[in-house]
Amino acid sequence: MTDCNDTLRELQTFLDREMSETARSVIHSHLEGCPDCLEAFDFHAELRVVIAAKCRNDEMPESLLAKIKQCFGEDPEVEVSTH
Amino acid sequence: MADRVEFAEQAMQFAPQLYSAALRLTRNSADAEDLVQETYLRAWRSFAGFEQGSNLRAWLYRILTNTFINKYRAAQRRPTETGLDNIEDLYLYRHLGSLDASRSNRSAEDTMFDLFTDDEVKAALEELPEKFRLPVLLADVEGFAYKEIASMLDVPEGTVMSRLHRGRKAMHKLLYDFASERGLISSDPVGAEPHTADGIQQ
Repeated sequence: MTDCNDTLRELQTFLDREMSETARSVIHSHLEGCPDCLEAFDFHAELRVVIAAKCRNDEMPESLLAKIKQCFGEDPEVEVSTH
Repeated sequence: MADRVEFAEQAMQFAPQLYSAALRLTRNSADAEDLVQETYLRAWRSFAGFEQGSNLRAWLYRILTNTFINKYRAAQRRPTETGLDNIEDLYLYRHLGSLDASRSNRSAEDTMFDLFTDDEVKAALEELPEKFRLPVLLADVEGFAYKEIASMLDVPEGTVMSRLHRGRKAMHKLLYDFASERGLISSDPVGAEPHTADGIQQ
């Protein structure tokens, strides 16, 4: 049985999905029997969702789209449609 | 990719997320716009170097990252790294304690979502020293793998991992400080000592 310290040490690697299947299943089976560690894992998983959502919701200026299209316009044969 | 038009159209769809990433890196909209524009210009010019079938999004982020490092980094203010190592593991979790979603009707995720404002989360990331901000942005916001980040930043995977570890801790600490300053966290669920009325323990 893996202990809590070992499990918590692997928290980020686990959430990063940078673990072998074997190592993941060891963590999984610990979490199934340990509500405290499960709570810590859930917390960080949720935190990550929130951070990602809040850090990529900026509104892009319309003018930038036009500037990007100008980059593509370097070659006169190319036309880019707007999405 | 044989078709430049197809390439341009596919690349365009990533503009909003590249712009957000550029904002986190440059911390102002004028530089962010320039950085994104420069990224597309370089992508367009080095179109021949893009291998068909490989990940276009990762390729664009690589160009964005390299352009930022080469062009904008020198001009950036360099925040001190002092104190980054003195943050305990699971800092935010230990200090916030359970969000206790069971007491409200909302899901835990909604509770966490409302706990920090958009500006606070952005500021927490943007305040990280660049060495840590880049890997945290690329991993936690953009979802790239260690291997991809290592390749983009041209550092070993182990370095990516250790910078992520330190960067995340520092970011979580900043989030806690912001929430604390706002008075959102009125008592320390872990700490044994109650705060005084004005929140300052003498």
